[in-house]
Amino acid sequence: MREITYRQALNEALSEEMERDQRVFLMGEDIAVYGGAYGVTLNLMQKFGEERVRDTAISEAAIIGAGLGAAITGMRPVVEIMYIDFMGICLEQIGNQVAKIRYMFGGKTTVPLVIRTEGGAGRTLGAHHSQSLESWFLHVPGLKVVMPATPADAKGLLKSAIREDNPILFIEHKMLYNVKGPVPEGEYLLPIGKAEVKRPGKDATVIAYSRMLYFALEAAKRLAEEGIEVEVIDPRTLLPLDMETISESVRKTHRAIIVEEGTKTGGTGAEIGMQIIENCFDYLDAPVLRIAGADVPMPKSAVLEKLAIPDAERIYREIKTLVS
Amino acid sequence: MNRIDKKEAKHLLKQMMQIRQFEDAIMDLMARNIAEGGSHLYAGEEACAVGAMAAIRPDDYITSTHRGHGHAIAKGGSLPELMAEILGKETGVCKGKGGSLHLADVSKGNLGANGIVGGSIGIAAGAGLSIQLRGTDQIVLCFFGDGATNTGLFHESLNMAGKWKLPVVFICENNLYGMSVSVERACAIKDLTKKAVPYNMPAECCNGMDVLAVKDMVTKYAAKARTGEGPALIVCDTYRYYGHSRSDPRVYRTKEEEKSWRDRDCIITFGRKMQEQNILTEKEVTDLEKEVTAELEAAIDFAIKSPDPKPEELYKDVYFESPSS
Ligand SMILES: Cc1ncc(C[n+]2csc(CCOP(=O)(O)OP(=O)(O)O)c2C)c(N)n1
Ligand SMILES: [Mg+2]
Repeated sequence: MREITYRQALNEALSEEMERDQRVFLMGEDIAVYGGAYGVTLNLMQKFGEERVRDTAISEAAIIGAGLGAAITGMRPVVEIMYIDFMGICLEQIGNQVAKIRYMFGGKTTVPLVIRTEGGAGRTLGAHHSQSLESWFLHVPGLKVVMPATPADAKGLLKSAIREDNPILFIEHKMLYNVKGPVPEGEYLLPIGKAEVKRPGKDATVIAYSRMLYFALEAAKRLAEEGIEVEVIDPRTLLPLDMETISESVRKTHRAIIVEEGTKTGGTGAEIGMQIIENCFDYLDAPVLRIAGADVPMPKSAVLEKLAIPDAERIYREIKTLVS
Repeated sequence: MNRIDKKEAKHLLKQMMQIRQFEDAIMDLMARNIAEGGSHLYAGEEACAVGAMAAIRPDDYITSTHRGHGHAIAKGGSLPELMAEILGKETGVCKGKGGSLHLADVSKGNLGANGIVGGSIGIAAGAGLSIQLRGTDQIVLCFFGDGATNTGLFHESLNMAGKWKLPVVFICENNLYGMSVSVERACAIKDLTKKAVPYNMPAECCNGMDVLAVKDMVTKYAAKARTGEGPALIVCDTYRYYGHSRSDPRVYRTKEEEKSWRDRDCIITFGRKMQEQNILTEKEVTDLEKEVTAELEAAIDFAIKSPDPKPEELYKDVYFESPSS
């Protein structure tokens, strides 16, 4: 199969969906002329024109609000928030308006809105450009949260997100844009809300998503050399969570580890871990383990930044301790 | 106006040279992968920070932006400490935790650069409120870009400052673009001074490539703010020489436009003017340049040789802990 980057995969998804459906349009800061801060929308303005690929002012709240307004009146907007760190500016619009409007209106409207953004550390950009804030949004019923790790997942899930009649927060990772992987030629869709077993195993279940999936797979490989076979699951969608796939695995392996880049307290691991306890308590041979970011704002220093988030070495060590 | 003595001419020229050489050095350090993480460089806009800071007192406050190196230097920051911070070193002004986007030096009245566009405008209003409540005669200079005038915080903060007559001078550094989007493409009006109208404060435009013009304009409104007449908005027309960030291919602007602004370079024009007016000699100008180069070399050397923060620093400073506990 051909290999393309995560960035190209996302670009293809946007392009294909815009070709397929005239109602799809893009809006965000520096997405048109510049092609996006991380190049995801490169050449789309040239292809679809400035009407459908729109540069906005630096007005995050209005980007979301206008996206919502367009979505409930016949369009299918895909809006971009350049860094997830800027979400605070539009959190009101997402939390109170986007996610709740259908319910508040008694189910009489749909919200076909995709909010694309990216997060994560790795570029030593400091506290305002490195965060993993996905867990903030797990607390928002009405929203779906998708976080692909591989190019193929990114493309298939973004295409599905654009076709879905619910608001979707689609979180990319800045360190994955250049990662290459096999992506099928031609049309395909991947289901939102479905996890995937990325590596089968029997000794423990590791749940890892976004960039952490790669670190978890690296750790799994090393553990396998020592005879420890861990099963690695990528939930891909964090809300709603595919507990069926996760539970099935944990009931088989009797151990669960959740790896996340975001800060530990109140994080994704807290939610997934609790659901594992609710669903699989009798099957667990060890406490559920969370491997997560340090509970600190992201420091600038490259040395401290590395310490603030999990890496393959730490995942390997902690799983080894748990399993042996 | 515009008559200044040798001492001040040297001071203004030197600060602008410091900023220029500082930014050129960072460009070079980034190319050599010594500086990581990217920086938004201030080269081209030096007259704004230097002129504005020359109009205020050391005990006044400023709030800065993601393009904050120039403000930090002009507000009296130490070159070695600022350079070390940008490299994320233990000896940096924020102990290597902030970096370029968060340069701050509270001891000098610099309340910080900001990774969030518009993110410091509310802080400026609050510092102004505190001055009012404490009854001092300090003021605040609040720097931000043209792009930031489209954020909600800009409008909310200017309204608050206008209503409460807070001692804040809002300084919009209009370099024609917010990243790749021109003022014309982003703003419903082109004349940004009009954005002060609904908030009942005066606003004026000034040549941001002329350090004395900026100084005079800020002097005028700083005096009003200091004497309780309330805030103002100053729009400085200026230009950033480098791309928005290192990876920016600058497709949204033309080489001709870039050249036309470089022809008005604030350092060259000011140096020339000072010589024409017999305030500085040619030798004095070239000597200043050399002096700054030597300072910069020392600052870079200090920053590169400085140690990284120690691992235990990761968890320090998240909360204040009283020494007794
Ligand atoms: C709230 C927010 N939105 C977007 C960004 C990304 N960003 C950083 S600088 C910038 C452009 C800012 O333009 P302007 O205010 O004119 O300042 P300039 O960079 O021109 O000095 C953008 C869009 C950000 N840092 N914060
Ligand atoms: Mg600008």
